[in-house]
Amino acid sequence: MTARRWQPNRVLVLLLAAGAVAAGTAAFLSVAPNRLLSGQGLRLAQLPLGAGGPGWAAQWPLAAVLLSTAVLALAALRFNRRCHPALDAVAAFAAAALLAGLLALAGQQASRLAGSQGALTRVSLGGGFWCLAALAWLAATHALQRLRLGATASVLAQAALWLPVLVLLRSGALDALSLLQELGNKQDVFIAACWRHGQIVLAALGPALLLGAPLGLAAARRPALARPLLALLGAVQTVPSIALFGLLIAPLAWAGSRWPGWGLQGIGLLPAAIALALYALLPIVHGVLAGLQQVPADVLDAATGLGLSPRQRFRQVQVPLALPLWLSALRVAVVQTVGLAVVAALIGAGGLGALVFQGLASSALDLVLLGVVPVVALALVLDAGLRALSQLASQAVAPSATAVRAVLPP
Amino acid sequence: MITLQSVSKAFGASQALADVSLTLPAGQITALIGASGSGKSTLLRLINRLVQPDSGQVLLNGQDISALAPDALRRRMGYVIQSGGLFPHWTVARNIATVPRLLGWPAARIDARIDELLALLGLAPPVYRQRYPHQLSGGQQQRVGVARALAARPEILLMDEPFGALDPLTRSALQAALLRIQRASGQTIVLVTHDIDEALHLAHQVVLLDHGRVLQAGAPAQLLGQPASTAVADFLGRAQTGLRLLALQSVADRLRPVAALGAAAAAADNPAISAIDANRPISAISAISAISPVSPISASLNLRDALSLALARQVDRLPVVDAIGRPLGTLHLADLLRPAP
Repeated sequence: MTARRWQPNRVLVLLLAAGAVAAGTAAFLSVAPNRLLSGQGLRLAQLPLGAGGPGWAAQWPLAAVLLSTAVLALAALRFNRRCHPALDAVAAFAAAALLAGLLALAGQQASRLAGSQGALTRVSLGGGFWCLAALAWLAATHALQRLRLGATASVLAQAALWLPVLVLLRSGALDALSLLQELGNKQDVFIAACWRHGQIVLAALGPALLLGAPLGLAAARRPALARPLLALLGAVQTVPSIALFGLLIAPLAWAGSRWPGWGLQGIGLLPAAIALALYALLPIVHGVLAGLQQVPADVLDAATGLGLSPRQRFRQVQVPLALPLWLSALRVAVVQTVGLAVVAALIGAGGLGALVFQGLASSALDLVLLGVVPVVALALVLDAGLRALSQLASQAVAPSATAVRAVLPP
Repeated sequence: MITLQSVSKAFGASQALADVSLTLPAGQITALIGASGSGKSTLLRLINRLVQPDSGQVLLNGQDISALAPDALRRRMGYVIQSGGLFPHWTVARNIATVPRLLGWPAARIDARIDELLALLGLAPPVYRQRYPHQLSGGQQQRVGVARALAARPEILLMDEPFGALDPLTRSALQAALLRIQRASGQTIVLVTHDIDEALHLAHQVVLLDHGRVLQAGAPAQLLGQPASTAVADFLGRAQTGLRLLALQSVADRLRPVAALGAAAAAADNPAISAIDANRPISAISAISAISPVSPISASLNLRDALSLALARQVDRLPVVDAIGRPLGTLHLADLLRPAP
C-alpha cells in the first residue's frame, strides 16, 4: 500500500497542544473566601468534576468539552484532502461547541464550589479558562477563515459562534461566577457605564469624521497640504493618551471660567471627546487620502476626458473606488476609539473605564473584567461588521470571477 | 475641422508647445508623432481642453473652444488613452454607456448602441456586456475603450497612443478596425503615436513634432518623399524610407493585369469586398500565401509585404488574385523600381 501522505492541520494541532498545556498547568477557576481577597487556583483536574453523578443532565458541560475536543483533534489530524470544506465546517462547529462547553463547565463547577462553601465565597474564572476560551475562539476563527465565506456569511457565522455564549449568560447557568455576581450587584452602574461609553465614542467619532473627511479631501486635492497635515496628526498620535487628556484640562478649564455660560469644563465628556477625536483624525484623514490616491490616474483622466463634470467624477468614480479603503479606515478609527475611551475615565468622563479604574483601585479583578469584557466585545463586533461592509464595497468595485459567472449564462 | 493658431504651452520651465499653428482637416486621420517630450500629447489634450494654452487659440469649426463649456465640449469628442482607462467598478456595458448617459439618451437607445459597438469591435455582446474590465485581456479592454469613446457618435475622436501597449497581432487587428470604422463614419480622428509605421499606415496627415515645434506636416508619402529637413529624414529612418514608401502602396497599384479587360471588369465588380479584405490582418493573408511558392497574393496586400514574400520564396514575380480568388494579374518585382504611376 502506498503511503497516503497526510498533513495535519498545523494551526489546529498547535492550538490543541497549547490548550492541553493550559488545561494541565493553569488554574481553570479560582476560589476566594470573599470579594477582595485573592483566591486559590484550581486546575481542571482539581475540580469536583464527578460530583452530581454520571447522568447526562449533570455532566453535559464536561461531555460537550470532551466531545468537541475529540472532534477538533480528529479534524486537526485529518488525511490530506485539499479543499475539504466539510471538515472545516465540522471544526468550526466543534470549536464553537468547545467555547460554549467551557463556559458552561465553568458555570456549573462554580455553582458546586460556591454551594459547598460560605455565602461570601467568590469563584472567578482563572487564567486557564481564559486561555482555553481564547484558543477555542482562535480555532473557530481559523476554521471559518479556511471556509472563505462571503462578507454576510462570515458575519452570520461569527454571530452563530457567540450565540450559545449569550444564551448561557441569559439562562442563569453562569450566575455562580463572580463576574456575574459582580454584574448583579452593579447592574445599574454597568448599564449606565455602557451607555456612557457609547456616548463618548460617538461624541469623539462624529466630530472626527466631520473634520477628518474634509481634511482628507483637501489633502488629496493639494499634495502640498498632505505632508504637513499627516505629520501633525502623526505627532498627535505619539502623545500618550493620559498626557493628552491632561494637556486639555487647563485650557478647557480656563475657557470654562472665561465663558461660564457655555458649559465648558476641563474634565468630563468634552476633553475626552476632543482628545479621542484628535486620535481618530489620523486614521480618518490618512484613509480618506489613501482611498482617493489609489484611484488610478488614467481612470480619472478618462473620466475627465469623456466629459464627466468634477462632481460627477467624484460621485461616480472616486467615491465608489475609494469606498473600501474609507470603510477600513473607519474601522481602525472606531476600534481605536472604543479602546481608548477606557482611559477617558481618568478625567471623569465615565464609561466602562470607570469600572476598570474602580476595580484596579480596590484590587477587585472582577470589576476590572466587567469593564474590559464589554469593551473587547464591542470592539470585536464593530470590527467584524465594518470589515464585512468594506469587503462588500470592494466586491462591488471588482466582483470576483465566481460572482460574475453566476450572473452570466454558461 | 480643428485649427490651432500660434498655440504655446509651458509646464514650469519646460516648453511643451512653442507657437504651433496647424490645421487638422475634418473627416481625416491626423497622426501626431514625435519622441517623448515632443509635445504631441499636450497638443492632443489642448483639443478637449484637458490642457489650457498659455497663448494662441484652438478653433473647432471656426469657433474658439475656450468659449465653450469644457464638459459639453468633451462629450462631443471621443477620448481613448493608452491603458484603456476603463472604470473598474462598471461592467463593459456601463462603461460604454458613460457619455450617452451623460447626454441623457433613453435607455433603449443606449442598449442598442452598446450592442452595435461591441459587434463593430468584434466582441460578442451577450458574452461581454456584463463582464468587468479586469476579466478582459489588454486588447479587449482597448476595444471597449474605443467603443466607449465612439458611443455618442462624437464628431472627433482623440486617441492618445491607443495601441501602444498591445502586442503586434492585436495592434494590427485594432488598427484595421479603426480604419474600417473611420471609413464608414467619416470621423475626424487625431491620433498620438510614437510608432512611425502606425502613423504612416493609418493617417491621411502626419504631423512630426520635436521639442514643441512642428517639423513637418503632410501626407505620409510627402514626408517620406520630400522630408523638409534632415531632422525629419532622420526621424523617419533613412534606411527604411524605400520600404516605408512601398508600404503605402498596394499590390493593385503595380500589378500587370492578366488581360486589361478582365482586370477592369474584376476591379469594377467588387470594390466592396476588396475594401474589406484590405482591413484583414496582413498576417492572415501571408500565412496562407506562404504555404506554396506559387500560391497567389491578394491585390490589397501592401507592396512591402509582397516584396517580403517574394524574397522569402525567392521568386521575382507573384500571381495576384482579388478578394474572392479570381486571378487579376502578376506583380513583377522589377516594376517596383520604377516611379509610382
